[in-house]
Amino acid sequence: MAAKKKSEAETNSDAARDMELLHSMLLQRRFEERCAEAYALGKVGGFCHLYIGQEAVSTGTLSMLRPDDYVITTYRDHGQALARGMTPRSIMAELFGRQDGCARGKGGSMHMFDANTNFLGGHGIVGGHVPLAAGVGFAIKYRGGDQCIVCFMGESVVNTGAFHEALNMAGLWKLPCVFIIENNRYGMGTSLERASAIHDIYERGAAYNMTRQQCDGQDVFAVRKAVGEAVERARKEQSPTLLEIRTYRFMGHSMSDAVSGTYRTKAELEEYMKRDPITLLRTRMEANGTLSADQLTQMDTAIKAVVQDAWDFADASPELPLEALYEDVYVDTTT
Amino acid sequence: MPIITYRDALGAAIREEMQRDDRVFLMGEEVAAYQGAYKVSKGFLQEFGEMRVVDTPITELGFAGVGVGAAMVGLRPVIEFMTWNFALLALDQVVNAAAKMLYMSGGQFKVPIVFRGPNGAALQLSAQHSQAWESWLAHIPGLKVIAPGTPYDAKGLLKAAIRDDNPVCFLEGEMLYNTKGEVPDEEYVIPIGKADLKREGDHCSIITHGKMVLVAMQAADQLAKEGIRIDVVDLRTIRPMDVEAITTSVNKTNRAVVLEEGWEVCGVGAQVVDYIQRECFDNLDAPVVRVHQADTPMPYTKSLEKAAKPDLPKTIAAVRKVMYLD
Repeated sequence: MAAKKKSEAETNSDAARDMELLHSMLLQRRFEERCAEAYALGKVGGFCHLYIGQEAVSTGTLSMLRPDDYVITTYRDHGQALARGMTPRSIMAELFGRQDGCARGKGGSMHMFDANTNFLGGHGIVGGHVPLAAGVGFAIKYRGGDQCIVCFMGESVVNTGAFHEALNMAGLWKLPCVFIIENNRYGMGTSLERASAIHDIYERGAAYNMTRQQCDGQDVFAVRKAVGEAVERARKEQSPTLLEIRTYRFMGHSMSDAVSGTYRTKAELEEYMKRDPITLLRTRMEANGTLSADQLTQMDTAIKAVVQDAWDFADASPELPLEALYEDVYVDTTT
Repeated sequence: MPIITYRDALGAAIREEMQRDDRVFLMGEEVAAYQGAYKVSKGFLQEFGEMRVVDTPITELGFAGVGVGAAMVGLRPVIEFMTWNFALLALDQVVNAAAKMLYMSGGQFKVPIVFRGPNGAALQLSAQHSQAWESWLAHIPGLKVIAPGTPYDAKGLLKAAIRDDNPVCFLEGEMLYNTKGEVPDEEYVIPIGKADLKREGDHCSIITHGKMVLVAMQAADQLAKEGIRIDVVDLRTIRPMDVEAITTSVNKTNRAVVLEEGWEVCGVGAQVVDYIQRECFDNLDAPVVRVHQADTPMPYTKSLEKAAKPDLPKTIAAVRKVMYLD
């Protein structure tokens, strides 16, 4: 049986959605490219982990959420912060360590937070944030809401105790959590095969009686489909899901290490770069006739201007005054 | 005034706060069906139901993190550790998550949570179950640390801890649960960060907290028979510490003994002595003496365990030493 032909309105709406997805992914790419430049110039300090190559995971996932859902992630958090709708200005200012940053410059690259978008932070201890996600799921259930929490993590998290403790409780108590393993193949320089006793790591969910699935993380539509089902399961059945989304990072683990040549070969990197998630989406849209070369150029130019504006804004923002050192250690309130 | 146990004072504090605020819930190992490993939560499951009195698997790191996550989005968890010795497995959540969330989020996410449970040595529980953790926890900016020594203080301070919008570590004394004291029926809350002068005297100060408050009071009673009048300062809160209460006492008595259950090196007493040397240097008539656990893991054998623990004879000897009586 032939698939039902889409109406003109549906086709237009699909085209608009695809443009939004492409915009979100391209914004992350251009932002991270400038972030690398700022790091080289010494404007960004500390540890800095770029998201280039993984944009379909953040965009595909977060495009399926409602504003009242929650998001929590690791230290590789710039892309997800952007995809969640945090402003490039607030993120760049945070990277520059300035007072207009989303955490007033106190968090830096690894700790993006935004209460307005329920973005519960980038967290720096591998595995440490997974129990927090279970706690947010518990709170949703406690209140009787139909929100969900999405918890991003790298594949190396699955070997930590915190991951297992959290997934057990989420499975046991049926918490509305979507656990997303961004399997980019390497925990720093250690490959999945050298770190995990099993290689189809979504199967770890079997131990917790959890719905589990693997999907292609370079294809934004594959991500949207898998996440959409998981979100639905969380909302309607208050049941958790473990998704392994297979992706690849095109940069080093952080700004401190070589992109290739030590733990992975240049040939491997180049092979994976053939499946650049932005190129895949762009090619598909061009084939559908929903993206012209002019449109792409316009979008790219506009995005570059937005990122430049974020840079200028961050550069102009002052650092916090010294007396702010002691602010936010404690909150001076009780209930 | 009614006389109740330390255990019941704690239970009353949590019950009253759960009745007052439906965002407050109790979570931990054996808190619900078993009615509490130390029976602090006796009757809670029947009164509040399983959503608010939550039995967990044995998974300290996990449920401590569940508490932090729930607190970040507006609930007010009371997380019970069966003992603080087990909480070591959860320290990443206490230190890296709860204590730092407000700061690293630029003030956006507060974590109103209480971590509580028994702390310190009981009897013959040996090395892994006999440790006092307050100096570890008090080291961390972002945490508040409370160690009450009496039923009255336990109730008033636990209510304050549950109402506080910061993460609070609440250290109970395993050997204190059955001790009794006066606790009024009417509601009261004791401010966090205020020491209590448990006994007034002008010859020597004993500065202490938690389970050792009882030892200090016994020492004061016994020394009173020799005409020695002791000022007993119960810190009650370790962080923030009531420095003024310490210095006021020592500037009055000119002599101090600092008594704690934990180890000497980098202990709570080391911090107290630092405040004393900074603020009371010109008023001291003798070097400050500390009483603490021996610098060893806790032995099982009765005689060695007794030798390892701070106690009444060691405290009295310390007072006599700072008073140059021996």
